[in-house]
Amino acid sequence: MASTPAAPAVAPSLVDTLFQRSLNDLVKSLRADPSAAGEAVAVARALSEIHREIRAPDAATKSVALQKLTYLSSLHFAPVGTHLLAFPAIELLASPHLPHKRLAYLAASLSLHPASLSLLPLATHQLHKDLSPSSAGAAHQQHLSALALQLLASPAAAAAPDLPVHLAHDLVPHLARGSPRAIAAAARVIAASPSAAVPVLFKPLAACLASPDPRASTAAAAAFCDLSAPPADATPFLPLAPDLYNLLTTSRSNWALIKVLKVFARLAPLEPRLAARIVDPVCQLLTRSSAMSLTFECIRTVLTALPAHDAAVRLAIGKAKEFVAADDDPNLRYLGLLALGLLGPAYASTVNDCRDAIVKSLGDADTNIRQEALHLIMGMVNENNIMDIAGMLISHVAKSDPEFANDILGAVLAACGHNVYEMVVDFDWYVSLLADMARTLLCAQGDEIGRQLVDVGLRVRDARPELVRSARTLLIDPALLGNHFLFPVLSAAAWVSGEYVDLTKDPVELVEALLQPRTSLLPISVRAVYIHAVFKVITWCFSVYVGRLGDSGMAVDVMFDRLAADQTVGSESNVALVSGEEQDIGASTVRKDPFSHESILYMINLIQTTVGPLINCNEVEVQERALNLIGFVHLVREIQELNKRNVADGDKPSRLEELVKTMQTVFCQELGPVSVNAQMKVATPDGLILNENLVELAGIVSEDDTTPSTSIFFYPCSRHSADTRDELAVSIDSSSLSEHRKRHGLFYLQTGKTEDEPNDYPQANDSLPSSSNNSVNDDKLKTAELVFAGKKSTATKSRPKVVKLDTEDFLSSMMPSANVPKEDPLSGALRDVLLGSDAKALSSQRASDINLEGMLNKTSSNESSSQQIENLGSHPASRSSSRTSKQQNHDKEKGTNPPESDGKEPRKHRSSGRSGHRQGKHKHREKSSTQPDTIPQAPVIQDFLL
Amino acid sequence: MIQAVMVISTQAKPRLLKFYNFQAPEKHQDLVRSVFQLLSASPDSVSNFVKVDTIFGPGTKMVYKHLATLYFVFVFDSSENELAMLDLIQVFVEILDRCFKNVCELDIVFNFNKLHTILDEMILGGQVIETSSEQVVKSVEEIERLEKQSSTTSFIPKSITERFTR
Repeated sequence: MASTPAAPAVAPSLVDTLFQRSLNDLVKSLRADPSAAGEAVAVARALSEIHREIRAPDAATKSVALQKLTYLSSLHFAPVGTHLLAFPAIELLASPHLPHKRLAYLAASLSLHPASLSLLPLATHQLHKDLSPSSAGAAHQQHLSALALQLLASPAAAAAPDLPVHLAHDLVPHLARGSPRAIAAAARVIAASPSAAVPVLFKPLAACLASPDPRASTAAAAAFCDLSAPPADATPFLPLAPDLYNLLTTSRSNWALIKVLKVFARLAPLEPRLAARIVDPVCQLLTRSSAMSLTFECIRTVLTALPAHDAAVRLAIGKAKEFVAADDDPNLRYLGLLALGLLGPAYASTVNDCRDAIVKSLGDADTNIRQEALHLIMGMVNENNIMDIAGMLISHVAKSDPEFANDILGAVLAACGHNVYEMVVDFDWYVSLLADMARTLLCAQGDEIGRQLVDVGLRVRDARPELVRSARTLLIDPALLGNHFLFPVLSAAAWVSGEYVDLTKDPVELVEALLQPRTSLLPISVRAVYIHAVFKVITWCFSVYVGRLGDSGMAVDVMFDRLAADQTVGSESNVALVSGEEQDIGASTVRKDPFSHESILYMINLIQTTVGPLINCNEVEVQERALNLIGFVHLVREIQELNKRNVADGDKPSRLEELVKTMQTVFCQELGPVSVNAQMKVATPDGLILNENLVELAGIVSEDDTTPSTSIFFYPCSRHSADTRDELAVSIDSSSLSEHRKRHGLFYLQTGKTEDEPNDYPQANDSLPSSSNNSVNDDKLKTAELVFAGKKSTATKSRPKVVKLDTEDFLSSMMPSANVPKEDPLSGALRDVLLGSDAKALSSQRASDINLEGMLNKTSSNESSSQQIENLGSHPASRSSSRTSKQQNHDKEKGTNPPESDGKEPRKHRSSGRSGHRQGKHKHREKSSTQPDTIPQAPVIQDFLL
Repeated sequence: MIQAVMVISTQAKPRLLKFYNFQAPEKHQDLVRSVFQLLSASPDSVSNFVKVDTIFGPGTKMVYKHLATLYFVFVFDSSENELAMLDLIQVFVEILDRCFKNVCELDIVFNFNKLHTILDEMILGGQVIETSSEQVVKSVEEIERLEKQSSTTSFIPKSITERFTR
């Protein structure tokens, strides 16, 4: 006995044995104190007790201890040492006393796990004994084998590699008897170790399919359904099609029919002739069956596997609609929607018929139903109805709970953004939809909305005016600043308004919005974007202002002077400029003309008071941008002051102009989306020897290339502090930046094109009332042309151009790796056994068979379909001979294992199939070159079904 | 195949756990907890199916029935039919009702072994082997008869009688 007491202190005493608590006592003690702490104490006490008792030499004490331990580990998650439980369990397996044996088997099947697998071989002999016939009574014996099969099918045994090897043969007689238990266990064993179990168990298991006992055939259908489930490859099960077909037409068990349908749904795509064959029986079941489960399975089979059979699909859709209309049963409604979701796009119009019901389901109390309805609706979306559907969905957002509201938003965003806004025709609509989505109460999709706002801006030129309008509405709303989900959206809106500032109607308002007090609620990264946007806006305003000075020359200048004279003292206005204290310039006058002197002054003052304090901010991102902005403002003021002192009237605008022009160049170049392959298209400059000095960077570069970038944020780098900054430094900085852009402009380009290409786009700022900013726009447009030169669009096209870089290239470069299928051990083993056994059947064919087998193995490891075609095509002789031998062998097999009763009908089928087989084979061989997928297994399929 | 059968009380206490795919014992508690969260989150009179890909792996679904103080939960994959699983729960409950004569939670609490016996008569290795409640009840009764027959030994364990006869 294994229970040699390790120490006398823990050895079970007589008292322990006599007054051992039963499982019921244990349960009662656990229930006495239902609190967590009380239970923990009771469990700990029970465990220490069990530790003693389980060492008892006496089987009864041990079995009760084992029972208690199993209970605790199963339902109270008591941590049990792997061997503490496994040893006594395996020991008691051998007990002649049935209750003890049952407890041991239960303990073993529940609690064994891979860590204790080293002990499982100890049980092998006992399992073998219990599985083989003994002198005990039939009922007793059946019960014993049931226990053993139970353990054999348990998950622990599935992980033990040698159990199936040793016990597979013991299963065979049970399979021959057609015991459902043995069939289920055999399925588990085959799934666990295909290579060892398939040669022994596959054929007896297949024979069970044809068994006259409905319980056996049902269990066998279930077993094959389980074995053919994805991710396993269903191809090796094609030869079973005739038996499964028999079952489909003759069985009256709904369970069997469901399983058979499931197998056929997996086989039909592999063998085109199968679908035509099964469509009639499936339709009959569909119309005839009263069981909902079977009806649903028929619907699923038709919709997934028989999409080419129109009548059947219509029938199935009709049934699915009945399911959807089942008001009293949410389960049927859910499954009906699920079934409709299986339909391909070809039947989108059919689904559309029940759109009302589906839309109604969006408001269902059931999350599942809502999700499925949403999924279905998203499946219906095309470019014609996307506006309706998105509008309808957004109106649903307000009525939904937060989680589902965001599911809807996410679905709309994903659908509209799919494949670079493939379905969006009207971008003005889409941009305002994005803004509306951001403003919905429960929106938590800020990241994606923000990304798309910027992305649309970069890609769709025509959408920019609307984009800027939408950004304005988002930015001026102080309420949005409190919602942390919207920060990415606000960040995007700020960036958009800064980048496309020339489309803004009212820059003063924009600056006010960007500098409103509540922006202090924003996180650092977003604040930095805000400040930078202000920088862009003020630069642009200055350029327009200076441009006007230049245009109307003295007129503005006079105005400038008159303005100064209007003030009581001329210097006061300059003082105001310098000190920035006088902020009370009437907002109404500012509003009238955003590019007037007052407006500029007002903005500068506003910037200085609000951004000024931020130069001491301890966040570098904010600090740096604040310094940039304040530095620029200081420069402007210095020039102003210089003017004042030198009184060189004509000099002032020119100095200012120079500065503003310099700044303008910093921001003039338009940013565009970057192709993932851009880096590869850059020609290597002369004199740069990449192999020598950059070879170590190869890894980094390729890494960067594979991450698709959809948008860029480009900040000018000015590292000068406000104090030391001067105009020269700025111009150097900016010119080197533009130099950089010029040189690396290729990054943003797809193909080089001449600049004088006619611009197909309507003027981006046509809608703007002001025409004073033309010079700036010209500048921008020219550079923009560079960016967009790669694509041309016709003027008649209603949908605006969406810049879409070479995604096809990218996809095609990804494809090969995605196409490589993985090797499936089960199908490999099945293939081996089916082909291998044939090699032995006819010794004269052995050489060619081995040749074939080796070849198939090779191709299966390569898994390249084209190679398969080549190889098979080059060995036509070996192929056909192996097929003949296989067919003979298969027939022999059937002959030795005929169905006992009720076999008349199937046998007739078979004999007729045999005669028809010869012609079928030729046909099949001709087809072989076009069906590489089914070839390796095709030899064994019987043609009478097909 | 069926991946797991669970009976969980409305107090989140597991009453029966059986996994047909290997799940590490230390994970059982988490599995029960996450399943119970799903159960308690779903109101009555909604569909009984829940996708549990995140808990039991891709393609798995769970069907449950809420009866009195217990949830009956079956977890299954794409090889099982949803409505058939719902029926199977019904069959299971019916069998319990017949075996325990008006089953209640206490019957299930105090009959750990019998519960497993019943379940094992229905499902083996994740495969349904018997769907007729009469047949299962008959088998369970037969097993009890065999066990009684086998336990002809005395109530006092052998080791004790040995000690006394020494």
